[in-house]
Amino acid sequence: MNIEIEELAKEFGATTALMPVSLSIPSGALVSLLGPSGSGKTTLLRVLGGLEFPTSGRVLFDGQDATGLSVQERRAGFVFQHYALFRHMTVFENIAYGLRARPRRSRPTEAEIDRRVHKLLAMIQLPDIARRYPAQLSGGQRQRVALARALAIEPRMLLLDEPFGALDARVRRELRGGLRTIHDQTGLTTIFVTHDQEEAMELSDLVVVMSMGRIEQVGAPREIRARPATRFVAEFIDA
Amino acid sequence: MPADIALPASAPLSARPPRRRARRVTTEPGWFRAALIATVLTLLALLLFLPLWEVFSQALSEGFGAAVASLGNPDARHAILLTLLTALVAVPMNAAFGIAAAWMIAKFDFRGKAFLITLIDLPFSVSPVVAGLCLTLLFGSGSALGAFMIAHGMQVVFAVPGIILATMFVTFPFVARELIPVMQEQGRAEEEAALTLGASGWRTFRTVTLPNIRWALLYGVLLCNARAMGEFGAVAVISGKIRGETITMPLMIEMSYNEYLTVAAFTMAALLASLGLVMLTAKTLLEWRFADQLAARHRH
Ligand SMILES: Nc1ncnc2c1ncn2[C@@H]1O[C@H](COP(=O)(O)OP(=O)(O)O)[C@@H](O)[C@H]1O
Ligand SMILES: [Mg+2]
Repeated sequence: MNIEIEELAKEFGATTALMPVSLSIPSGALVSLLGPSGSGKTTLLRVLGGLEFPTSGRVLFDGQDATGLSVQERRAGFVFQHYALFRHMTVFENIAYGLRARPRRSRPTEAEIDRRVHKLLAMIQLPDIARRYPAQLSGGQRQRVALARALAIEPRMLLLDEPFGALDARVRRELRGGLRTIHDQTGLTTIFVTHDQEEAMELSDLVVVMSMGRIEQVGAPREIRARPATRFVAEFIDA
Repeated sequence: MPADIALPASAPLSARPPRRRARRVTTEPGWFRAALIATVLTLLALLLFLPLWEVFSQALSEGFGAAVASLGNPDARHAILLTLLTALVAVPMNAAFGIAAAWMIAKFDFRGKAFLITLIDLPFSVSPVVAGLCLTLLFGSGSALGAFMIAHGMQVVFAVPGIILATMFVTFPFVARELIPVMQEQGRAEEEAALTLGASGWRTFRTVTLPNIRWALLYGVLLCNARAMGEFGAVAVISGKIRGETITMPLMIEMSYNEYLTVAAFTMAALLASLGLVMLTAKTLLEWRFADQLAARHRH
């Protein structure tokens, strides 16, 4: 699904989180939103996911206006910064949550839910943890469960907020490869937020550099390295 | 990677070094700790166990039969039923209001939030007698609202609705106060996750919000209930103390005591205390039963 962002702005009272920004994301791309803390990355991601409504501007999914769609109607697979796993549910129930939440006529049978959850657990390479609780998992395992839970709803796109932010360097590298693999397997349009330029450059097809609510530059990693559009970009990717 | 590989019994467990009497980080001498523990136990005995013991022994001073007989008195039976009815109405209402208030305060930003928090605490800072007096004035025949309601057949003051209202006012903060910090600590992320997974607002509340607060809610409800059944001051003012009509258990205790009906007073007191102890036991049993879940959640 391609995503078109037109003159999108978001204000929180007196703070402007997003200046009007425009951006076009081709279907199936793996895109990173890169920028320092407070630059509006999370806000942009949340507006796309329907968790925040823009002050002005439009969002189009496959050419259709999606600005007014509710969070449930968006069907965006969202991975939260601290994963937001349901702490009182097992890993199995976490992943099954979206399937059970469907209206009765489109809800899969128990057997089908079981099959799908185990398929997702195999996909994230954690086949044996279905009965554990989130508190019994490592950070890396939690992150992968959050990804599986988001994928379970057969989302139209995948949105990840600093998916590797809270992990140590080794796990980080491992999971980067995992995200790339899952992206390539599912072909989902994927947008992830990061403040780590190395991560953005290594992992994504398209990098969106942001600063103070504005988009400074959009381009392939190689292009951004070779021709930074502004002084901010040049300094940020150098850091 | 399967984490539960059974280790042979002889394998050295690096995670668990041999037990050794290590020097503690806290450096209070042993005698000090012993003295502290002794002081606390003595205070507990003096302030909690002795009075409770006294209540029960006074109740049974003329034998078990006399105690039971005192409860068989129609006025006593009415007082017990009225107290149970009051708790049965006031506690669920306050649980519902408490959840709603805590939810708004913890999960949303709006103007006047600090004011709302202060408002919730109001019943804690106002003397129950004053609260009862205010409600009596508000709903009494002297005020426009009271006169209107009485004209339409709704008697609040000196009647059961007044008792319930006063009880609700006094016990309002208990549930909200327990829930607000828990909800604030948990933030909104899990609820938002449920919404992105397609759950409706109601389903999110039922399957994510409520289970996450259930222990705090239980605790708040138990406190609220204990206080609702035990409330004296506000109820004493608004009830008018009509025998056999608006007398609750605490009021009955006082009346019997003033009339030198020792057995009746202390039996009722013992019953009221027992109701509280039953609640406490129920809570402890639940905590014990769900210890695993509690531990799993707190390890976060
Ligand atoms: N709910 C909110 N209320 C008020 N201000 C907010 C809120 N969310 C974000 N902001 C502000 O918007 C700006 C952008 O924030 P954010 O999108 O979280 O940036 P980033 O994810 O790049 O760190 C910041 O100045 C932040 O303080
Ligand atoms: Mg952010």
